[in-house]
Amino acid sequence: MTARVLWRKSLSAVMLSLTGVCAFVAVSVLFLILGYLVIHGGRSVNWDFFTKLPAPVGELGGGMANAILGSAKLLALASLIGVPLGLLGGVYLAEFGGHAAGFVVRYAADLLNGTPSIVIGIFAYALLVLPFKHFSTFSGAFALGIMMIPITLRSTEEFLRAVPLALREGALALGASKWRAILTVVLPAAYRGILTAVLLALARVAGETAPLLFTAFSNRFWSPGWNQPTASLPVMIYTYAVSPYDDWHRQAWAAGLLLLGLVLVINLLARVVLSRGAAVRRS
Amino acid sequence: MPSTANSSVSLAAGLPASPGRELAGEHSMRMNISKLNFYYGEKQVLFDISLGVAAARLTALIGPSGCGKSTLLRTLNRMHETVRNARLDGEITLDGQSIFLQDVTQFRRRIGMVFQKPNPFPKSIFDNVAYGPRINGASRPLSDVVEASLRRAALWDEVKDQLHKSAYELSGGQQQRLCIARALAVEPEVLLLDEPCSALDPISTAKVEELLVQLKSSCTIVIVTHNMQQAARVSDFTAFLLNGSLIEFSPTPQLFTTPADSRTEAYITGRFG
Amino acid sequence: MERHFEKDLNELKERLLWMGGLAERAVHQAVQAVLNADEQIAQRVLAEETAINEMQIEIDDRVVHVLALHQLMAVDLRFVLAVSRINNDLERIGDQAVNIAQAAQRILRHPRVKPYVDLPKMSEIVEGMMRDALNALVRRDVVLAQSVLSRDDQVDNLRDQIFRELLTYMMGDSSVVYPAFDLILMAKNLERIGDHATNIAEDVIYFVQGRDVRHPAVDRR
Repeated sequence: MTARVLWRKSLSAVMLSLTGVCAFVAVSVLFLILGYLVIHGGRSVNWDFFTKLPAPVGELGGGMANAILGSAKLLALASLIGVPLGLLGGVYLAEFGGHAAGFVVRYAADLLNGTPSIVIGIFAYALLVLPFKHFSTFSGAFALGIMMIPITLRSTEEFLRAVPLALREGALALGASKWRAILTVVLPAAYRGILTAVLLALARVAGETAPLLFTAFSNRFWSPGWNQPTASLPVMIYTYAVSPYDDWHRQAWAAGLLLLGLVLVINLLARVVLSRGAAVRRS
Repeated sequence: MPSTANSSVSLAAGLPASPGRELAGEHSMRMNISKLNFYYGEKQVLFDISLGVAAARLTALIGPSGCGKSTLLRTLNRMHETVRNARLDGEITLDGQSIFLQDVTQFRRRIGMVFQKPNPFPKSIFDNVAYGPRINGASRPLSDVVEASLRRAALWDEVKDQLHKSAYELSGGQQQRLCIARALAVEPEVLLLDEPCSALDPISTAKVEELLVQLKSSCTIVIVTHNMQQAARVSDFTAFLLNGSLIEFSPTPQLFTTPADSRTEAYITGRFG
Repeated sequence: MERHFEKDLNELKERLLWMGGLAERAVHQAVQAVLNADEQIAQRVLAEETAINEMQIEIDDRVVHVLALHQLMAVDLRFVLAVSRINNDLERIGDQAVNIAQAAQRILRHPRVKPYVDLPKMSEIVEGMMRDALNALVRRDVVLAQSVLSRDDQVDNLRDQIFRELLTYMMGDSSVVYPAFDLILMAKNLERIGDHATNIAEDVIYFVQGRDVRHPAVDRR
């Protein structure tokens, strides 16, 4: 009897430490990456990094101002494409979609969500680069926007479904049409959740490199308008990291640090938005 | 009145007249339900219901859970149409006009509804009450409508200094009175209430009940309640439903003292249901 | 917060007091018929009894409705129960007044047996007890109700004195047996009315304080 108890106790202790160690490893990976980025790239994050164009090959210094602006433009345009489509699609799914149509849309969105990003890149390349015979900000944003659609759509649907039926009925009973009820009551009730979803989608595509390689491509100079190839942080990291120059390596680390910092901030923002919303709902 | 035919003095002079017992048939009807059958898919939940809703009176629908009283209430503002595969036959009229021939959003503006759980919108107190007038185009200044509605719902004094706070910061009882104010803001001709006190504590319940008694002079009210004492306290007419059929419909004092049907008696004396 | 059933309770009280007024008036008139030898007043008492009976039924109806529709508690519940009992006592008082009025009609067929001394005194006390019992109800005045209870002994004493006196007359002169017997009945009726007034006062104390003072000998735990 005591032997069994001893066996059970030691097994429990072993499993507990095992799971604890795994959890620790999982968390420490993030901190390892962060630490690595800070050590290697921290020194390069300076005023020049944010304000200067890349230095010509062989020269020290220079910055990534064009890539930062390029990423911002790409993400902004991608949101303009992906968010409305995802949002309205989510509204359709949650409020109007019948059984069959709902199933098809939902399934398609889930498949799209699982589609490798490089495939989406090829699609954008075939659609918007080949016909015009040059890379462009627009084609890159298109690729990223497509990637945002399924996340936005499914989260919008989930958050809309979480809005109590009683709220919809309350609006309908006051003589609101269905569209009016959705626009003035249901969406406002769910907007924090939807905003969170949009932010998470944004964080997800902010680091995408593959689809940009053959859509937005890259650029060592400013990229005016939407119709020229543009630099972006992920692609710059890729280009600089595989280059033979130490200074570029350091700048690649710095760009990585910036990108990770951006994702962290967006995640944090999403968390704050959501928790505030929940607090109001509960009280 | 005491009969004083034989005496030289009127023995009852100066005494206020006693209200006679009201009969449903003697009243002008605001709404009429006739031969209503209701189905969810293949399942029939209401059977051949006919009943009148008297103007400026409070009509209560009582009965055990699942007897169809809420379904019946929801047909009165066509809220059942939001449910897939709900279907009905029969006729319901408002002031003699079939409610099914009217534009549904226009029609619903004439019928206010208050739900089981308080369902304020995630907006300020002011915006909650102003919601109906806003979408319907208010003829008076919004702040007047909001104040008047909150006063009618006996909530004004409690919230007048915090109109721009979120409605979620109110207590449950206040939220329910806010929902009543929101419904009153569009000046409905009929007010439907679906177990409005089931989520409230006794004091809040009493407040809502007093409010209903005051409101019925200016508004026709139909209330569904699983609390038959509540029906007894506030209503003028009571309908007892069982398994989707109307068993008895009488003036409330009569139904609760001398019910005509033995099933009604068994229910109100707590012997089943 | 004022509850809407308070309106019903007030109407109930109003009607009970109205009925009390009718009963008081009946007693007063019936006695006056004898004292003033006025046959007409006696007839009026008989005619007006219907009003009291109708009021009893209306009050009963209202009591049933209030009990059925509003779940009354504590002082409200005791009030309605007290009203129900007082209603009965008032109706019985009305019956006693009718008895007196009928006796009056018989008495008036004979010459007066004797000058009335104790009878007016007794009726004055009894009418005062009725009035005070109902006033105590209105004012929720327990002290006034107690004073009604204490007057019951005076009434009993007066009744005994009237019995003795009239018996003496009957033994002395057999021709006065009929009217004297009716006068004895009348004293008995008045004494019963005093008892009903006492009951009303006890109900008032019960309503106000929740205390049952009817039978001190009964042990309540």
